[in-house]
Amino acid sequence: MNPEIGHYALVLSLAVALLMTVIPFWGARTGDAALMKVGSTLALVLAGFTGLSFATLVVAYVQSDFSVLNVVENSHSAKPLLYRITGTWGNHEGSMLLWVLVLAIFAALVALFGANLPARLKANVLAVQGSVATAFLLFILFTSNPFARVIPPPAEGQDLNPILQDIGLAIHPPLLYLGYVGFSITFAFAVAALIEGRIDAAWARWVRPWALTAWAFLTLGIAMGSYWAYYELGWGGWWFWDPVENASLMPWFAGTALIHSAVVMEKRDALKVWTVLLAILAFSLSLLGTFLVRSGVLTSVHTFATDPSRGVFILAILVFFIGGSLTLYALRAPMLRQGGIFAPVSREGALVLNNLLLTAASAAVLVGTLYPLALEAYNGAKITVGPPYFNLTVGALMLPVAFAMPFGPLLAWKRGDLAGAAQRLMAAFGAAIVIAALAAYAQGGGPVLAPFGMGLAAFVVIGALAEVIERAGFGRVPRATAFARLRGLPRSVFGGALAHAGVGVCLFGIIAETSWNAERIAGVKVGGSFEVGGYELTLDRLEPRNGPNYRDLVGVFTVRRGGVDMGTIESAKRLFTARNMPTTESGIRTMWFSQLYVSLGDELPGGGVGVRAYWKPFVTLIWIGSVIMALGGALSLTDRRLRVGAPKPAKKPKAKADGASPVPAE
Amino acid sequence: MRAVLVYLLLAFALVTPAAAVQPDEVLPDAAQEARARELSKELRCMVCQNQSIDDSDAPLARDLRLLVRERIQDGDSDREVMDYLVARYGEFVLLRPTWHGANAILWLAPFAVLVAGGIGLFLAYRRRATPHGLRAATATEPLTPDEEARLRAALGDPAPSDSPADVTKV
Repeated sequence: MNPEIGHYALVLSLAVALLMTVIPFWGARTGDAALMKVGSTLALVLAGFTGLSFATLVVAYVQSDFSVLNVVENSHSAKPLLYRITGTWGNHEGSMLLWVLVLAIFAALVALFGANLPARLKANVLAVQGSVATAFLLFILFTSNPFARVIPPPAEGQDLNPILQDIGLAIHPPLLYLGYVGFSITFAFAVAALIEGRIDAAWARWVRPWALTAWAFLTLGIAMGSYWAYYELGWGGWWFWDPVENASLMPWFAGTALIHSAVVMEKRDALKVWTVLLAILAFSLSLLGTFLVRSGVLTSVHTFATDPSRGVFILAILVFFIGGSLTLYALRAPMLRQGGIFAPVSREGALVLNNLLLTAASAAVLVGTLYPLALEAYNGAKITVGPPYFNLTVGALMLPVAFAMPFGPLLAWKRGDLAGAAQRLMAAFGAAIVIAALAAYAQGGGPVLAPFGMGLAAFVVIGALAEVIERAGFGRVPRATAFARLRGLPRSVFGGALAHAGVGVCLFGIIAETSWNAERIAGVKVGGSFEVGGYELTLDRLEPRNGPNYRDLVGVFTVRRGGVDMGTIESAKRLFTARNMPTTESGIRTMWFSQLYVSLGDELPGGGVGVRAYWKPFVTLIWIGSVIMALGGALSLTDRRLRVGAPKPAKKPKAKADGASPVPAE
Repeated sequence: MRAVLVYLLLAFALVTPAAAVQPDEVLPDAAQEARARELSKELRCMVCQNQSIDDSDAPLARDLRLLVRERIQDGDSDREVMDYLVARYGEFVLLRPTWHGANAILWLAPFAVLVAGGIGLFLAYRRRATPHGLRAATATEPLTPDEEARLRAALGDPAPSDSPADVTKV
């Protein structure tokens, strides 16, 4: 396909986005139903044009069209097909195009599935979405055109950064963008509500599915990025407090707070002003993340390209949207009517505590990321804010979150009974103590962090189940009734419990890995062996292999435990010939939830090779737990009341009839 | 010189009992080596992107690791090693920011957010809880048996509910 088609489609997208900003907004102002309706059509057209533009770029990559500068800089004809496709977004221009495509898709989804939204709200939401699209399309067209040609076209491309030539690039950025950009919808809802000056529980019911969707994708995206870094970077770390990771963690914290405060707003008509602010913050932090990554203000492994003019442009976008929305918030928020009163010890109170701690954690990450920049700008001093700072501050804030998590769902709305909740958690607490004791026994002395942390993790997991058991009434009513109630419970209850259990699972993995991991760094010759974490590894052979665009030096290790042969691990050092850049292809063997991790170093003078081997107990639980969290979010999304959408007056009696079984109301 | 020795050792032993980032960097004294590892995790590889010298493959990181080990072998305390590196490379080298000066802002900011949020909530709660709002809404004394019977009669529900908790939860 002709790259000019893609370029032209992009320009048309800009025109459509501009119309989408102006027409529905004008329609909402003047109450013109026809103009408001145009918004939906334009959203679909926008998705069509950006989709066409993106597809054109993908085709240029697949066909290795080296007349396109972007393809020359980031592709190579010998690259396997998968990486030619994923390479489309493995660079600045392409990734921004993907960003806008996701934005347009979300707008189209609102147009398609928002049939039961009030026309005015829908029009304003699409207008806000259109304005964000306009800004980013301008950015792409003026500073980052992916379709720029090069004359004469070179015979061969410069290949993609080897670290990015991995299946991870196919998964991580799209998921992350679905999360990041997904929060643009909740942002648009918040701004639309502020423009109208009215907001109610139904608003929260519309916003919650979007927030949940974005949150679930962001959770998966972060988790997949973490696993990718873990196996690709070759030194066994899974979280680096890299500025770009921080950039994704900030909206995650804000988004987590948002999905919780939206519950309060939906059920109790309270915390409105705060929920709107969170919706604005979650997307603002996404934009800030985009700015930090794309401007090159912070250097990190994720920054594909650095260019000051782009930084200034994104900064302008940032100032406009964050500043604009916060100004609107300051003007309009006092007009929003406060509802639902509650006591400090109550479900609402617990969710407020959750919001407070998550917001503080978000602030810790924000301050830690930006402080070095601010200080340097202020007095020229260069300092580093590294992992010790983040572990200490975020860790300190997350401990009470984990501890309070099982209590929250057991408290009643309005006014809860803390002692009663504690009583119902006795079983979970007992189990936690047993787990902690087992951990202490297994460890045999050493830091208290491990037994304590594992006990806490067990408390979170079992406490999450306690809510479901409690609400079904096991132990209080006949078992048959309890099972009937269990079936009648809304899916969001199961979703919430599942997500909470996922947090506990993830926490368990983090604590176990950090306290019990074993590391071995050794120089090994062929035939030699070494020991790590109770496993004996023998280097059987070192053999060179050739791939399509790289050369491997593969070390084949036999694993034995207590003399029993457990198969082999292959670990490679890979050299990409086009850029002459080496990567490590670590050999990983999963045993239950634990992993044996072998990474090959340099060949040593005098024969042999440097090897780093790690025994990482329960490490996979970190990602399994994250996936469980996202699944919990997805399960919540299938809840009946979200599927049927916001309640319409006519449907209410029917809903009551359905809920006639003796299920306690939420 | 020491590197040569280590290398010679390596050449004879098939496997080195090493616990350092590169097998040839290890100190013979296990306690000193452990100290060196701990210090390395707190030091930034200045040419890298956000990595500690313990994690980095960069030549500069290796130089720093060797330097740390050299100082430790010369009898420096952990503190002296860090001070030496800060004197040479500035605070940029520290992954854990110091406490003095403006850095207190950095360390206290998250907790300031927490405290400010807590105070704000408390004030908002106080304001709303006063004259009629909350007290009226939540002052639900448990019903007397007599009241409960009347309530049931009024609701037309003769059977006692299985748990009073359900009533209050609704």
